[in-house]
Amino acid sequence: MEMKQVTAQGLPYDAWKDNEYIEKLMTELRESGTNVLVGSLDKLINWGRSNSLWPLTFATSCCGIEFVSLGAARFDMARFGWEVARASPRQADFMMVAGTIVHRMVPVFRRLYDQLAEPKYVIACGSCAISGGPFRKSYHVAKGIEDIVPVDVFCPGCPPRPEAMIYSIMQLSRKIKVERFFGGKNRKENQKEFLAAHPIEDNAAANID
Amino acid sequence: MSNYTIDNFSSLATWFDTMLNNFMPSWLATTLECLLVGVGLLLVYSVLALFYILYERKICAYFQCRLGPNRVGPWGLLQSVADMFKILIKELISLNHIDKFLFALAPYLVIIASVLCFAVLPWGNGLQIIDFNIGIFFLLACSSIGVLGILLAGWSSNNKFTLIGALRSGAQMVSYELSVGLSILTMVVFAGTMDVGKIVEAQADHWFIFSAHIPALIAFVIYMIAGTAETNRGPFDLPEAESELTAGYHTEYSGIHFGFFYLAEYLNLFIVSGVATLLFFGGWMPFRVAGWDGFNEIMGYIPSVVWFLGKAFIISFIIIWFKWTYPRLRIDQLLTLEWKYLLPINLVNLALMVWIVVEGLYFGQLPQ
Amino acid sequence: MANLQEKISRLFPEAAFEEGEILLVNIPDAKLHGLVKTLRDDCGFDYLVTIVGMDWVSSLGCVYYLTSSTSKEFVSVKVQTTDRDNPMIHSIADLYRIAGIYEREVYDFYGIIFVNNPDMRRLFLNIDWVGYPLRKDYDANPEINPVSIENERQTDHTDTWVEQPDGSIKHERPRIFKEDDFVVNIGPQHPATHGVLRFRTAVDGETIQKIDVYMGYIHRGVEKLCEDLGYMQTLHFMDRLDYFSAHNYHHGLCLAIEKAAGIEVPRRAQVIRVMMDELSRIASHCLFIGTFCMDLGATTMLFYTLRVREQVLDIMEKTCGARMTFNYACLGGVMADLDPDFIKDVKALLEVLPKNVAEYNKLFTGNVIAHNRLKNVGVLSNEDAKSWAITGPSGRASGWACDVRKTHPYSVYPEIKFDQVVRSEGDSLARFQNRVDEILQSKGILEQLLEMLPEGEYCAKVPKVLKLPVGHWFQVVEGCRGLFGVYIESDGAAKPYRLKLVTPGLPAAAVVDHITRGQKIADLITIGGSMDYIVPDMDR
Repeated sequence: MEMKQVTAQGLPYDAWKDNEYIEKLMTELRESGTNVLVGSLDKLINWGRSNSLWPLTFATSCCGIEFVSLGAARFDMARFGWEVARASPRQADFMMVAGTIVHRMVPVFRRLYDQLAEPKYVIACGSCAISGGPFRKSYHVAKGIEDIVPVDVFCPGCPPRPEAMIYSIMQLSRKIKVERFFGGKNRKENQKEFLAAHPIEDNAAANID
Repeated sequence: MSNYTIDNFSSLATWFDTMLNNFMPSWLATTLECLLVGVGLLLVYSVLALFYILYERKICAYFQCRLGPNRVGPWGLLQSVADMFKILIKELISLNHIDKFLFALAPYLVIIASVLCFAVLPWGNGLQIIDFNIGIFFLLACSSIGVLGILLAGWSSNNKFTLIGALRSGAQMVSYELSVGLSILTMVVFAGTMDVGKIVEAQADHWFIFSAHIPALIAFVIYMIAGTAETNRGPFDLPEAESELTAGYHTEYSGIHFGFFYLAEYLNLFIVSGVATLLFFGGWMPFRVAGWDGFNEIMGYIPSVVWFLGKAFIISFIIIWFKWTYPRLRIDQLLTLEWKYLLPINLVNLALMVWIVVEGLYFGQLPQ
Repeated sequence: MANLQEKISRLFPEAAFEEGEILLVNIPDAKLHGLVKTLRDDCGFDYLVTIVGMDWVSSLGCVYYLTSSTSKEFVSVKVQTTDRDNPMIHSIADLYRIAGIYEREVYDFYGIIFVNNPDMRRLFLNIDWVGYPLRKDYDANPEINPVSIENERQTDHTDTWVEQPDGSIKHERPRIFKEDDFVVNIGPQHPATHGVLRFRTAVDGETIQKIDVYMGYIHRGVEKLCEDLGYMQTLHFMDRLDYFSAHNYHHGLCLAIEKAAGIEVPRRAQVIRVMMDELSRIASHCLFIGTFCMDLGATTMLFYTLRVREQVLDIMEKTCGARMTFNYACLGGVMADLDPDFIKDVKALLEVLPKNVAEYNKLFTGNVIAHNRLKNVGVLSNEDAKSWAITGPSGRASGWACDVRKTHPYSVYPEIKFDQVVRSEGDSLARFQNRVDEILQSKGILEQLLEMLPEGEYCAKVPKVLKLPVGHWFQVVEGCRGLFGVYIESDGAAKPYRLKLVTPGLPAAAVVDHITRGQKIADLITIGGSMDYIVPDMDR
C-alpha cells in the first residue's frame, strides 16, 4: 500500500524535517492492519485532535515568555487554534514544558502530567527541559524531563524562537495524525510501559507531623 | 400570524401537522413532532454554539491585532468543529473523594437550563417551539436552573478553587438575577403580557426601545450589564477567573463534561442577546415604520430568522466587546454595583415605566 | 567613613576593621545584634542590602551589607563561627523585616542557624534535602538527593531556635497556620503566580488572613554553578535569572569583575551598555503592563504592549543575535558593535513610544474598574519598603528614592539628565503608574545617549583566562525591577570563590504576605502582579 504523506497546517511535505520518523511510525502502525470503517473514523478523530491542541498554561522560566510571545500578535498561535490555553490540566491537551524543571518541581510536574486527560502530549521546550541545559551540572536541576514523563516532541533552543515552537507543535499535530484511536498498536502502549517503569507510590501518609 | 416577512413558518407547521394527522393517529403525530423538534433543537443548539465559539475567537483576535483561527477550513470556519470532535472523545477523568452523582449531574443541569430557554425564543415568523401565555416567566425560571448546576459543580468537585468559584457564582447570579428580572419586568409592564408571540407582534410598528423611550433605554442598559454578569462573562467572570481560580467551578471537569460548560457559556450569551432582542428590538420583527409601506415591504423581504439572529449577534458582539476591553471586578465591587446602584435604579425605572403606561406617554399602540 | 569607624570602635572595642571601598567591620557573634541595632538607629543604615553566607573552610559566616537611604553610604559587617557541625549566629530579623528571609536563605545554603529567627525553615530546598549545597565540602553525589517523583514532604510546623534568658538555646516547633484555618494552595502551577511560586493562603471567605510563601520551584543553584566556572563563563547565567533585565544584570556582573580586575571599558562600550539597559527597561515594563492587566482580566492590553516589546526585541536581535538570552555585554565592553540600523531603529521606536503609552493610559489607567481594583490595594509604607528592601519602581512607589542610577551612579549615568519617578501612595496603582512613567524616562535617556554615542572601540583587550586578585568586591546596579547586587570573593584563582547575587525578586515576593493581609483573594493577584517579581530571579 502506498504511504500517505502526512502533513499538517497546509505545509508541503517537503518542508518537514524528520519525515523518516513519521514514516517509520506509520509503517509500525499499519502492520496490524485496519478495517475501512474504523480507519475512516480514525481519520476523522485524528483530524479533530490534530487541529485542536489546547496548551496547558505551564511555564517555569525564560521559555515561558517566548510562549507568551507566541500567543501575541506577531506569531499568533491562534491561527492554528492553539490559543485556548487552559489553566486547568484536566482540560488541556498538551503541555509545553517551557523551562527548567528542578528537583522540587518534579513531583508537581509529574502530577500535572497525570492530571492531564487522555490523549495527552508533552513537548520538551528548550534545552533545560531536554537535558538540563546550562544548568545541567547543578545540584538541584533535573537532567531532562525524559525520565519523568514520556516526551513526544523535543524543541531545542535556549529559549527556542517562537517560530521553532510553532514548528514543534506542528510536528506534534503530524504525529497525532498517524495515530490510531481504535484498535491496533498505538502510542498509548508506549505510554503505559513508561508509566509502569516510573511508578508513583502513594505517599499521602508520608507528610511529617 | 400576519405576513410581516416573506417567510411564515406557522403555515408550514400547520401543513406538516395536518399531513401527519392524515395518516397516523394523533398521539403518534404529536410524539413524532416532539421528537423532530427535539432533534432540530439540539442540532441548532450545537451549531450555534460552535458558531459562537468561533465568532468570539475571531472578534477578540481582531480586537488584539491578530488574525484568529484561519488554518482549519476556509477562514478557520471548521476550527470549533475540530475542537468539538476532540472534546467529544477526550477522557472523562474519574475522581476519587467526590460526590460522583452530583459531579456528573451538574453539567447536564447547566446545559438543560439553556436548552429549555431555547424553547421560548421567537426564532422567526411562526418559528417558535412553544408559545404560551407565560413565556417570559418560563424563560426566567429556566435560566435560573443554571446556577444550580454551577453550584453543584463547584461543591461536588471537592476542590477549594471550585468551591470558591461556586460561592462567587452563587452570590453573583442570585444578585444579578434580580436586575435581569426587574428589567424584564419593566418591559413586561409596558407590554402588558408575558406571551412572547404577542410581545413581538406589539413591536410591529415601533420596537419597544423606541416606543417606551427613556425607561426602556435604562432597562436595556441595566439588562446588558446584568445579563453579562448572568452569563459569567468578563468583566464579571469571577466564578471562572483564570488568573485567580485556575478555571473556577469547572476546574475538575474534563472531556465532554467540560464541553457542556463551555457550550452552555456561549449559548447563555446567545440567550441573553436573544431575550434582549425580543424585549427591546422586536424579536424577529423587521425594522418597520408605520405608514412607510414601501419601506416596510422591502424590509419584509429579509427573512425573519435573519432578523432575529442578526440582532442577537450584534448584541452578543457588544457583550464580547465588554469582555475584551474591561478588567475584571472584585467580588465586593461586583455586589456593590448590583445592590447599591443597579437595583435602586431599576426600581425607580419600574415606577417610571408604570407611570408612563398609565399616562400613555409612549409612542404607538400597546398590544391588547 | 572615618567618623563611622571611630564611633563603632568607641562603642564596640572588639570590632576589627578592614578598610576598602566599603568599610568592613569584623564583629564577634555576641555583639552582632547590638552593632547592627546601633548602625540602624544611630547611623541611619536603614536598608539591609543582603546577607552573604560564606564558607571560608576554616569557618562559616555571613557578611551583611547595609546602606543608608539618606547618605547612600555602604557598610559591611562580617561574622564568623568556627563550629561547622552546629553553627549558630544571632538573628537580626527583628531589626530588618527582610533579614528573616535572607537568613533562611543562608540557613538553606550553609546550615547556619540564626538564633531568635521565628521561622528557620529551608527556603529553596525540600525539607528532607541532605546537606547544605553551598558549603565547600558539599557532596553533590546525585544518589544522596535523587530526583524523586513522589510528593514533596510537607510540614505544618516551622522550626525556631530561641535564646532563653539564661543564655541557653531552645528548639521550638510552632505551627505555621492555626488549627482551623482554611488553607488554599495557590501555586506552584497557577496562572497568576508568574511562574512557579507557591502561596499557601489562609482565607476567611474571600479575605486573606495569612500567606506562607514557598519558593525554590525553579531554584537552579546558579551561585554554586558559578564557583566552578571562569569569570567569563559566569556571565551567561545573568540572562537567565531575570530574563527581562538580562542586559542590566550582565552589566552589573561585568562592572563588578572589571572593578576587581581593573579593566578600563571604552566609552563607546559604556554608552552601548547603558542604551541596552534602557531598552530592556522599556521592554520589561511593557511586558509588566501587559501581564499585569491580563491578570486583572484585561487581556487585550497584553497584545498592545507586546507590540512595543517585539519592536525592542527586533532592535536587540539585530545587534545581539538573540531575542531573550543575549549574552551581549562581556568583560571589557560588549560582544559586537552596534548594527548599522540600530540608531534608525531606536529613533523609530522612540517616536511611537509616547503614542503607545498614551494608549495604555487611555485603555487601562483611566478605566474606572481598573482604578477601583488598584487604588489603596496592597499599601506599602515608606518604612516598610525600606525594612523589606523593596527597591525599584515598587520601592519608589512608596516614596523611597532608591534608584541606583541616582544613588550610586555607574557607567555614564552621572552625565545623563533624568528624573527619578517617585510616588508616595505606596499602593498598587502607584506601582503600576511608576512603571508606565519610567518608560517615558527611559525614552529621554535613550535620546541623550543617541546624541552622545562616540566612535571608537567597543571592547577592551581582556586576557582569555582572567584571574582576580585576592579580595572581595560589591557592585550594585539598577535592574528593571530594582537593585541588583553582585558580591564577588576571590582567592586568586581563575574562578570566583563565592559569587553572590542580590536580586530584587526575593524581597518582592516575601513582602506579599505583609501587604495582603485583610485583602481579598483577587487582591492577591493584583498585589503579586504589581510587585512584579520574576520567579527565576528570586530563586536563582
